[in-house]
Amino acid sequence: MKLQIASHLAIVSVLELAAHPDRQLTVAEIGAKHGVSTHHLAKVMHVLGRAGLVRSVRGAGGGYQFCGSARRTTLLDVIELFEALGPRGLDAGGPGQDTAEAAALEIVLREIDDSVRATLGSITIATMLRLVERDLAERRPARRTAASRLHG
Amino acid sequence: MKRTPNRTKRQSRLARPRAASPAGAAPPAVNSKPAFVLRPAQRGDVVAVAALDERVTALPKPTHWLELYERQKKVGQPAGMFLVATTSDAAARFLGFIVGEIRAWEFGSAPCGWVYALSVDPDSRLLGVGEALLESIAREFRKAGVSKMRTMVARDNRLPMLFFRGAGMMAGPYIQLEKDLG
Repeated sequence: MKLQIASHLAIVSVLELAAHPDRQLTVAEIGAKHGVSTHHLAKVMHVLGRAGLVRSVRGAGGGYQFCGSARRTTLLDVIELFEALGPRGLDAGGPGQDTAEAAALEIVLREIDDSVRATLGSITIATMLRLVERDLAERRPARRTAASRLHG
Repeated sequence: MKRTPNRTKRQSRLARPRAASPAGAAPPAVNSKPAFVLRPAQRGDVVAVAALDERVTALPKPTHWLELYERQKKVGQPAGMFLVATTSDAAARFLGFIVGEIRAWEFGSAPCGWVYALSVDPDSRLLGVGEALLESIAREFRKAGVSKMRTMVARDNRLPMLFFRGAGMMAGPYIQLEKDLG
């Protein structure tokens, strides 16, 4: 499965902000870390703001702040702000739609869709933050070992 | 970009719950959460287990729970594989239970700990009872020498799905397959 760029940016932005709910980050800071344009990111933040997940803080030291519920917001909630994850079956009314072959293919595609929605709908931002922490913890010893080799 | 289909509804679910008191006001008195204890299930607990399961699933199956308890005793599963949670006060109100077992070479899988059932009284959720039960049985599994814990959740059953995901559980290497037999 491949997410649209806007969905991907929205998820990483929400994770960045939710990891530090007490401070604001600018789109420039998030953009610099993830290597994306601030223009694109600003559009994404606008949608996230409308959904009540982030708010902008004006003035010196301003930026965006996470204001959603990390334990209630799932990846599916964020993604569906930017793209439809409904049934991806064949286009209605397209050629061969009434055939048994198309119906069989539809069953398989529906199974995939159900699985995708179940996974994305069951992983909250809080769960994602724990996964990020776990990943960072796993990387630390490797980095320390590499550093000790360099300096040892 | 797709517009938010129902902004008000989505905002209300995703937004962080607002503080109960206005800014600057004294915080409301905090209701202390009832403390709870975990202990191995006894035969007398099976009635409460069956009642809670029936309340949550709306499917009465008292015989099943009794047979499960008896089977665990018979095959010598460690006592920590069937735990109940109760309030720690004198009333010892029943709060929830967990049942697990070690299964070996089922479907070709190396021995692992299966969480067969986990249920918490709907009025006593958010106290950490479920987390404590799961952590406790995970310790039992480790003591028994297995390093993998599994369970199965209906994909549309949002609450347990969120709970197990929140506990760090991810999709495993097996896919459950089934067929209508007519």
